[in-house]
Amino acid sequence: MSEWIRVCPLEEIPRLGSRVVQTEKCDVAVFRNGSDEVFALKDKCPHKGGPLSQGIVFDRRVTCPLHGWTVQLDSGEAVAPDCGCTHRYRARVDKGEVYLNLF
Amino acid sequence: MATMNKTRLVVIGNGMAGIRTLEELLKLAPDLYDITVFGAEPHGNYNRILLSPVLAGEMTIKDIMLNDVDWYAQNGITLHLNKTVMQIDRVRRKVIADDGTEADYDRLLLATGSNPFMLPVPGKDLPGVISYRDIKDTDEMIEAASRYRHAVVIGGGLLGLEAANGLKLRGMGVTVVHLMPWLMERQLDRTAAGLLQKSLEAKGLKFLLEKQTEELVKGESGRVCAIKLKPALSNVEGDGETIPSDLVVMAVGIRPNTELAEAAGLHCNRGVVVNDTMQTYDPRIYAVGECVSHRGIAYGLVAPLFEQAKVCANHLAQLGISRFTGSATSTKLKVTGIDLFSAGAFTGVEGAEEIVLSDPAGGVYKKLVIKDDKIVGSVLYGDTADGSWYFQLLRDGQNIRELRGRLMSGQSHLGNSGHQGQNNAASMPDDMEVCGCNGVCKGTIVKAIKNNGLFTLNDVRKHTKASASCGSCTGLVEQILASTVGGAYQPADVSRKPLCGCTDYTHEEIRKAIIERKLKSIPEAMGFFEWRNVNGCASCRPALNYYLLCAWPHDYQDDPQSRFINERAHANIQKDGTYSVVPRIYGGVTTPAQLKRIAEVAEKYAVPTVKVTGGQRIDLLGVKKEDLPKVWADLDMPSGFAYGKSIRTVKTCVGSEWCRFGVQDSTRMGIALEQALDRMWAPHKVKLAVSGCPRNCAEATIKDVGIVGVDSGWEIYVAGNGGIKAEVSLFLVKVKSAEEVMEYSSAFIQLYREEARYLDRTVHWVQRVGMDYVKKRIVDDAAGRRAIYERLKDALRDEKDPWQERVHGAAAQEFAPIRFQSKNFVLT
Ligand code: SRM
Ligand SMILES: Cc1cc2nc3c(=O)[nH]c(=O)nc-3n(C[C@H](O)[C@H](O)[C@H](O)COP(=O)(O)OP(=O)(O)OC[C@H]3O[C@@H](n4cnc5c(N)ncnc54)[C@H](O)[C@@H]3O)c2cc1C
Ligand code: SF4
Ligand code: FES
Repeated sequence: MSEWIRVCPLEEIPRLGSRVVQTEKCDVAVFRNGSDEVFALKDKCPHKGGPLSQGIVFDRRVTCPLHGWTVQLDSGEAVAPDCGCTHRYRARVDKGEVYLNLF
Repeated sequence: MATMNKTRLVVIGNGMAGIRTLEELLKLAPDLYDITVFGAEPHGNYNRILLSPVLAGEMTIKDIMLNDVDWYAQNGITLHLNKTVMQIDRVRRKVIADDGTEADYDRLLLATGSNPFMLPVPGKDLPGVISYRDIKDTDEMIEAASRYRHAVVIGGGLLGLEAANGLKLRGMGVTVVHLMPWLMERQLDRTAAGLLQKSLEAKGLKFLLEKQTEELVKGESGRVCAIKLKPALSNVEGDGETIPSDLVVMAVGIRPNTELAEAAGLHCNRGVVVNDTMQTYDPRIYAVGECVSHRGIAYGLVAPLFEQAKVCANHLAQLGISRFTGSATSTKLKVTGIDLFSAGAFTGVEGAEEIVLSDPAGGVYKKLVIKDDKIVGSVLYGDTADGSWYFQLLRDGQNIRELRGRLMSGQSHLGNSGHQGQNNAASMPDDMEVCGCNGVCKGTIVKAIKNNGLFTLNDVRKHTKASASCGSCTGLVEQILASTVGGAYQPADVSRKPLCGCTDYTHEEIRKAIIERKLKSIPEAMGFFEWRNVNGCASCRPALNYYLLCAWPHDYQDDPQSRFINERAHANIQKDGTYSVVPRIYGGVTTPAQLKRIAEVAEKYAVPTVKVTGGQRIDLLGVKKEDLPKVWADLDMPSGFAYGKSIRTVKTCVGSEWCRFGVQDSTRMGIALEQALDRMWAPHKVKLAVSGCPRNCAEATIKDVGIVGVDSGWEIYVAGNGGIKAEVSLFLVKVKSAEEVMEYSSAFIQLYREEARYLDRTVHWVQRVGMDYVKKRIVDDAAGRRAIYERLKDALRDEKDPWQERVHGAAAQEFAPIRFQSKNFVLT
């Protein structure tokens, strides 16, 4: 059995933007891309832990604000030639509400 | 295996230009074609340039592979190695190889390179007589060096000297026979060639100049055993002599390889003739590389060939927008320990003048050939630090009158910070740090260039991060690149700079269209220019956002998601994810009340660091994002825009109000300017300073706009920079009144806002367009100046203070995190 958290209505996440969800584990960045897909990553860049939630979102990617690494939203993998990976959580939209699964 | 529905592209020639074209094509249109490649050599595509270091024993064949056979497989390319195409049937649109292999094409790409020219002398076909073109030749030389003692290289050009040097290093006695009076006569003038010859002789090479080969003599073994020279061109001793040699390398030039094309009836004229889109006279057939003749020129260095490849790929991908218009070339001799650079023309240019720095004892020689205030040629020996700078000036045809005084001393890194003042890569040890931001050493860079086959500054930045941050070590990285890949390195063409990887259009083209086509949103602009990637990237979106904002100050709807976080949050993000708050303190003049308030806020929000900035104001560092609106509310001060590509500070000194030397009220002037320019966005940050007298305590001469009070009025300086690369500002004009200061400074800044590229500081823009141009627009043309000034005032008319807007609830979501509470649990 998996536990899904209701995060917020989709429109409360800006398109090509993100919101930070503070959990007791860690901060999770929930992204919304240009085609209204949602993704969730641990809010720590694989490079030096920069807050990915603050980056610029395009396609299925986000560019970290600190030193410009680009991270794949659907896998958490850094885009080559950089390499590294940040934890990815499951996220989905259901009837206009965004849900997040931390397990 | 040809899939019928795809268009078929066949490439003849598995070499550097052909395969580079494929790489560019795959980037643009990965699945457009079903691709087949024929290569006469039994290898994948390798870096021919690096055959020299291979011969010299500095690298192995493995090191210089650019695309191994796996690469072709991974990209679904059918590869026919060891097969020479013998015929092109243009009617049936197929090519036929020597072993009978056939391939049908819809598009054909000729990249057959060139053939070494063999002197038509008796004995030229003897065993042991070879050219220097490919892996086979290189292996044969290495093999010969292990068995024989004497080698002769015919031809004292780039290739010949690299061959001679390699053979010498492999233990052979080497004599270079050259027809001309001095070495590399096509690239060097006599003096530089003299220096070069000296240092090569020091390495043990022998030279016979102004000598012509009569015959290659056959030994008992049937192999060549000696070379016989023609008697007396001039009666230098040793004429008509015979020199023993068990290996003869002919490096006397190359001829575009066009037999195949000619046989197929394609128009050739010292190369397969192509137009600016790299198309031959048969519209289905394209050609790139050394086999090509473009506007009467056949290039023999890779840099221009790579440009051809890019253009050709663009048209094969059916984008049809770019053109190859020819390009200047530069060369660098790849002989370890010898630093030699040459570009453009340098002998016999009509009406040209020369600047020469000659220090034969110190082994340094620099010559710049200048015509009509433009550099048309340069030769550097011993110290090539500024090679790429000169080459850039040459290629962009920049007017150098303003620079003239500084040209010889070199731009390289005057005033650069971040790498121990080093400015000559050649003299740096491998373990020395080049990039201070990312801690990258020289050795790491060289290794990355060789192992990954990198050719451009961008590639090096991607792979090593060197010079990818503040960029101050760019000059060094360029040098390392140049000396590793030789003339193959060419600094990016700054005169035509695509906005980013998402498009081939330039900043200028895009700004123009935004206005002419009335494009008023980022999607509209991307749509109009057929952007390559969905919603662009982190480079182009902020640029477009600015261009639109600048073009339509009142009706453009700013896009926060296309702004870098600092500008979205109106505070500077710190490495721990907290933010810094820098309120505006006009002209650096504050009050006790203001200071009290700042102090209270700092205490109330337990701000870890309170710092006086270099911009004469106060920085509260370490504020939590969610606290920002509250902090701004309590501060009740305007935003200092310390986070923006925008007006930053106007630094002032106390000036005439207090200072015993002051002749002008710099403080008042500064405050007035800062108020007038408040909330102004720009291509990059804009900093001003006003000093009350020429002692210049406000450091006005390293600012984007610097004002210096003098007894009779004000001097206005522009395009200074105190950061990554210190640049002293240039004198614009002297004026009498404060009103004039306001008008001239504002007009200059608005011109910069309207015409500079995003992320240009004023200095970069002015260096590109030239100070003459700026003076013409801002000083000479009074009506124009006023009009520009009015446009700035109008643009700033209804800009609101971003902090106050947010204090009153704007963009609330940006600052509010979502707290995870068990109540939003739902079971599924
Ligand atoms: C706070 C301050 C250092 C200080 O404690 O004094 C500072 C801090 C930063 N500077 Fe600076 N610069 C500060 C004065 C300067 C100065 C001196 C000046 O302005 O008189 C310079 C040299 C003058 C100049 O710019 O020409 C300066 C040249 C730079 C540069 C190099 C700019 C260039 O074109 O060479 C950068 C990097 C960039 O902007 O790309 C930079 C970037 C930065 C950033 C924004 C790095 C970043 O993107 O996070 C730092 C933000 C720290 C923060 O959160 O506040 N800072 N920076 C100064 C703020 C001034 C202010 O009140 O607004
Ligand atoms: C030793 C050496 C050092 C060099 N150093 C430098 C340097 O420092 N800087 C620089 O800029 N340039 C340098 N060059 C020049 C550079 O290597 C060439 O300009 C570049 O390789 C030309 O690329 P290309 O694709 O036009 O020709 P190539 O790279 O020669 O490729 C052509 C290929 O096509 C194949 N081919 C020809 N005809 C057929 C056919 N009918 N069927 C099938 N295949 C065919 C050939 O076998 C060859 O593999 C150097 C060259 C050499 C040999
Ligand atoms: S404040 Fe400026 S100089 Fe200091 S570390 Fe940051 S960017 Fe570098
Ligand atoms: S922390 Fe993300 S790029 Fe450095």
